[in-house]
Amino acid sequence: MNIDLSLMPMTLDVVHVGLGALSLLLIVIVVVMAVLKSSSGASEAPVEPNKEQNTTTNQAEESLNKQDLLKETTPEAALQLLMLLQQDARLIDFIHEDLTGFGDSDVGAASRVVHEGCKKVLQQVFNFEPIRSEEEESRVTLAQGFNASENRLTGNVTGEAPFTGTLIHKGWRVNEVSLPQLAKKHDVYVIAPAEVEL
Amino acid sequence: MKYSIGIDLGTTNSVVSYVELGGDDAQSVQDEPVTGLLEIAQLTSAGNVEKKKQLPSFLYLPHESEITEAETVLPWGTQTSKITGVLARELGAKTPIRLVSSAKSWLSHGGVDRKSNFLPLNSPEDVSTVSPLQASIDYLAHLKSAWNNEFPEDSFDEQEVIITIPASFDPAARDLTAEAARAIGVRHLTLLEEPQAAVYSWVKSMGDNWRDQVSVGDVILVVDIGGGTTDLSLVAVTEDEGNLILNRIAVGDHILLGGDNMDLALAYQVRAKLAKEGKNLQPWQVQALTHGCRSAKEKMLIDTTLEAVPLVVPSRGSKLLGATLRSELTRAEVEQTLVNGFFPEATIDEHPVEKPRAALTQIGLPYAQDAGITRHIAGFLSKQAGAADSLGFDSQDEFIKPAAILFNGGTLKAPVLANRLLSIVNGWLAEAGADNARLLDGADLDLAVAKGAAYFGFVKKGGGVRIRGGLASAYYIGVESSMPAVPGMEAPVEALCLAPFGMEEGTEAEVSDLEFGLIVGQPVRFKFFGSTVRRDDVSGTLLDFWSPEELEELPEIQANLTADNRKEGEVVPVRLAAKVTEIGTLMVEAISRDDDQRWQVEFDVRD
Repeated sequence: MNIDLSLMPMTLDVVHVGLGALSLLLIVIVVVMAVLKSSSGASEAPVEPNKEQNTTTNQAEESLNKQDLLKETTPEAALQLLMLLQQDARLIDFIHEDLTGFGDSDVGAASRVVHEGCKKVLQQVFNFEPIRSEEEESRVTLAQGFNASENRLTGNVTGEAPFTGTLIHKGWRVNEVSLPQLAKKHDVYVIAPAEVEL
Repeated sequence: MKYSIGIDLGTTNSVVSYVELGGDDAQSVQDEPVTGLLEIAQLTSAGNVEKKKQLPSFLYLPHESEITEAETVLPWGTQTSKITGVLARELGAKTPIRLVSSAKSWLSHGGVDRKSNFLPLNSPEDVSTVSPLQASIDYLAHLKSAWNNEFPEDSFDEQEVIITIPASFDPAARDLTAEAARAIGVRHLTLLEEPQAAVYSWVKSMGDNWRDQVSVGDVILVVDIGGGTTDLSLVAVTEDEGNLILNRIAVGDHILLGGDNMDLALAYQVRAKLAKEGKNLQPWQVQALTHGCRSAKEKMLIDTTLEAVPLVVPSRGSKLLGATLRSELTRAEVEQTLVNGFFPEATIDEHPVEKPRAALTQIGLPYAQDAGITRHIAGFLSKQAGAADSLGFDSQDEFIKPAAILFNGGTLKAPVLANRLLSIVNGWLAEAGADNARLLDGADLDLAVAKGAAYFGFVKKGGGVRIRGGLASAYYIGVESSMPAVPGMEAPVEALCLAPFGMEEGTEAEVSDLEFGLIVGQPVRFKFFGSTVRRDDVSGTLLDFWSPEELEELPEIQANLTADNRKEGEVVPVRLAAKVTEIGTLMVEAISRDDDQRWQVEFDVRD
């Protein structure tokens, strides 16, 4: 089939008029939505809350936004990590044991298994990095605009940045997570299968 | 093709490395190539897929109700009947009757039919066994899928593939490795000896400086201690028009002795210690103990201040306390077992002790009887005393004296063991009045073989110095001599040289004058021999006498003249000719005198 791209329609039929009207309508809806969103977004800003705009937003919208602030975590990754910790470190077995009645040497022997295994799993799955490179117990200064989620101020918290204080804990940050991929139908709730020797 | 892929198909672990090949113009070949290691996706536990740099060379053949299809999903499909990699190793630790291991050692075992399904050895009848060849195919197929998954744009089949093999692999084992590669669809294949790959890796890591580390007239001893085998080679440095040239002049015998033996030796020692305390171990505990000994050994050999490492074998049930077995491995024990057991003091005259084996009740791998690696090296250097004579080097009377040593394999990462080996070799040299050998370092001992193999693909395109090698052995067939029969005596056998020592890849030896009358449709077997020391025999040389250590008998070879356009039972006069293929395998052909028709002679034949 040959199509002549240079041809232009000379008349309008009903279908095309309808399509044109529909696309106009969609554009209008998109613009209206964007305006509404930007006004409600401003209301979230903690700095200088604008009372005028607050009064315009209705109750339903506000509760919707509050739900958006929190998120549910999926249990899959957590269960997968538990599986690894049980498999390599016997962590679930160990935690379920009652330590009373056992001597320190027994606990010590078991804890070697757990410690070695946990270390192996954590090193495999995560890449840890201290947040601050300074020595602990040394004096550090936080400049204005420092990252408040990476650095927590404690004690005599007053005044304005820059803050100078003692580094108590250097902090940890994970900069890489490499959990194994999962088969779609794999039951992650099975942390360790029962073992039956034939 | 865009990449050169180097595959270290190891006895216990396989590694894949790659080098990006430049365009066709010579300029881009000279630039530093992009290199990397393939992250191999594999099952690490049921339903979990992880990418790792190593693929454990294990194959697990699960029972149909053991694991569901949904639990064996890989990015490229499911592995239901055969599982490879970490999960195979883990499942096999608990169910050894379904685990195939050391397939590579079986591939080089001349005493079995390597294409018949018998692995896992002595498994019950309802386990569907595989052949050593099939296991190798399965490992390669996994690596290929992993590659295609990572590089969907550059199909594995289209790339230059280099697979490494022990230098001591016989022609049949080389052939089988090439067959495995062809079976998965590799089109551009080369086989490379592992010690050579280690040298390539060293040259690459040194850059242009490698020329300052060695000089003309040097002989480099390469000692490669892998998981399952110890491989020895000699490389001589010569000069041609001002350029340094590397020549691989000798390779050692096939020694089934490696790092795995060391871990087992330590575990047995701890087991004996526990037995004295009245604790007898079950097989699964010995296995766990071996595992513990391996990591304890690695810790202690690297950190020389550690005096003892505790060993713990947890119970199998969910009760951890009270049921956990404890012991420890001390420095004295490790040094006693490893240093004195595997690297004993030896003089250059002390060679491996080979006792004739008592009648074997079952087949098994021909593990080295003498665990003394130093004695194996002494034997090798003495046997190869004349290896460099033809290059015009000073002739050596007692043993060949290496000027430098290159180590390979994870075992020799331990300074204690590396220094021990070096000091023993230097002891021999000092006694003979020669200079100490230098240690060539700078290569990554664990990954050097795979890296060197990929780099070799780059070298082949003209990107760097190439090691001259060729056949490291001369090959002969046995011919019954035409002597009058003596009652009670076997007719003496003469050896006809088919392929001379040092024959290069892609060349053909001259056709021998000797003719054989072969009958169409009736396979004929020939005795087959190899020699790593007879360097001067040309093809057609007929030996009527040789000393036992000169020629080693290999599995028989078989000529089978198929009928094609001839009559069954017709006698055809043929001559035999050998050639070395571009891939690096030996090929022997029977050529008809009348019309030059050719039939390939098969290695590795069995009843």
